[in-house]
Amino acid sequence: MKAGEVRKEFPILGKKVYGKPLVYLDNAATAQKPLSVIRVWDEMNMDKNANIHRAVHALASSATEAYEKTRDRVRDFLHARYREEIIFTSGTTASINLVAYSFGEAFIKEGDELIVSVEEHHSNIVPWQLLCQRKKAVLKVLEIDEKGYISPESLGKLISQRTKIVAISLISNVLGIKNPVKEIIDICHEKGIPVLVDGAQGVVHEKIDVQELDCDFLAFSGHKIYAATGTGVLYGKKKWLEEMPPYMGGGEMIGHVRFSGTTFAPLPQKFEAGTQNISSVPTLIPAIDWMESVREDSEMIGQQQEIVRYLLDELTARPRVHLYGVPRRTQDKIGLFSFSVDGAHHEDIALILDKMGIAVRSGQMCAEPLMDYLGVTGMVRVSFAPYNTLEEAKLFIQCLDKAIAMLV
Amino acid sequence: MKTLEETKQDVIGEFSMYDEWLDKYEYLIDLGKNLDSYPEELKTEDRLIKGCQSRVWLDYALQDGKLFFRADSDAIITKGIISLLISIYSGRTPAEIAADDFSFIEEIGLKENLSPTRANGLVSMISTIRQAAQDNL
Repeated sequence: MKAGEVRKEFPILGKKVYGKPLVYLDNAATAQKPLSVIRVWDEMNMDKNANIHRAVHALASSATEAYEKTRDRVRDFLHARYREEIIFTSGTTASINLVAYSFGEAFIKEGDELIVSVEEHHSNIVPWQLLCQRKKAVLKVLEIDEKGYISPESLGKLISQRTKIVAISLISNVLGIKNPVKEIIDICHEKGIPVLVDGAQGVVHEKIDVQELDCDFLAFSGHKIYAATGTGVLYGKKKWLEEMPPYMGGGEMIGHVRFSGTTFAPLPQKFEAGTQNISSVPTLIPAIDWMESVREDSEMIGQQQEIVRYLLDELTARPRVHLYGVPRRTQDKIGLFSFSVDGAHHEDIALILDKMGIAVRSGQMCAEPLMDYLGVTGMVRVSFAPYNTLEEAKLFIQCLDKAIAMLV
Repeated sequence: MKTLEETKQDVIGEFSMYDEWLDKYEYLIDLGKNLDSYPEELKTEDRLIKGCQSRVWLDYALQDGKLFFRADSDAIITKGIISLLISIYSGRTPAEIAADDFSFIEEIGLKENLSPTRANGLVSMISTIRQAAQDNL
């Protein structure tokens, strides 16, 4: 497959903005949806709309089937041992909040310690801070080196007798470098510490086998993997999920409700209170299908690697441009580049690129601690998907040069 | 000195000379680069305008019954926008500013052509200028 051909499956990519062809380079924030996803979304509303699990009528059973089939597909995608280890949420943020609350209720006591890295997204920092406030626990921070790499050795020094959980991203949404998560998990497990992996960026780029990786929790969002917005997954090892109390109470998650005491439904319903995002969850199936077909296509892989090499060369060749997350080996880097420009504000660059038809992200990228750590007020980020072409990358570089010339 | 209305018409005229928004940005960038320098010691928390993603400081003084504004920003297009506002409203009486509806912003299509965060920033800049006028009526 060629990126140019794949684009036909994404109707929005044919759009013009300000009379110029749209060049969408904000995929790390949200990915565009292929027709296969849009069709399932439509079908759920036009043909299968009913509430799931409880009612006995025909529509309810087709909706339930579509919803539960998705759980099997996600289980297969992650190679989870049990289907009840797959919990549907509204996204990575909800998944991490669920763990921070429920794991925290079950296992965190005053004076206990939690570890996150400095490069985490706010959604993998703030839920843990809230937990620390509730339980009077302590949040410790794992630093990175000047290239943007996490060193597993420094984690060893940070772990203590009181460390109860480590939460780390597979790939940072700012640096775009693959973290040594397997090594981190091995180090933690030697000391009996569970690890939550924030897979929001990682799942898009890496094939994940949760049994092989042996992570205790994995969180990711549907909208970044070409599925409908408002979908997400929490994978958790059964042994933890069973020990954890429910996060939200309501319909679906109960066994019996009595004023004398309520019992809870078994996994996974225990963590899926209330009416779920029924019309959107099934879009995860075509999204995963699409992602897997692209991942296995050597031509597509080659094109993406070419873009990564091209942008690494171009962005490191300009003395004014500072790239954050410069990989030691090209294969460590995904198509995600955050940079700042001497003498030009990130917002000005993004605003000018926008008027040239190029959608980029600017600001703190929901990672203010990392911005402080790197000593910047913000950055510009471009992030690529398999439907982006090398020509788009080249156009971006040309337009970036023009923007810099206007501003400096 | 031109009246408030005349100055606004000048700005609207200036803006309409450019068809392309990129050219309008170029004009704003020029305005930003040529804005009078702003003292470092006035870059204080209380002069920082809330609601902007880039940092914008606005300071004002009342002299002979007129308000004089000065400002700075770390982003140049934002600085151009605040420069535009200053060129229109600096040297006016609080009553003149308070009575103005700031509709020229719509006439030049500025707000719609900013990202949502910048549009919020613009709204915050305007409300800060209005507040200054209100406080000195």
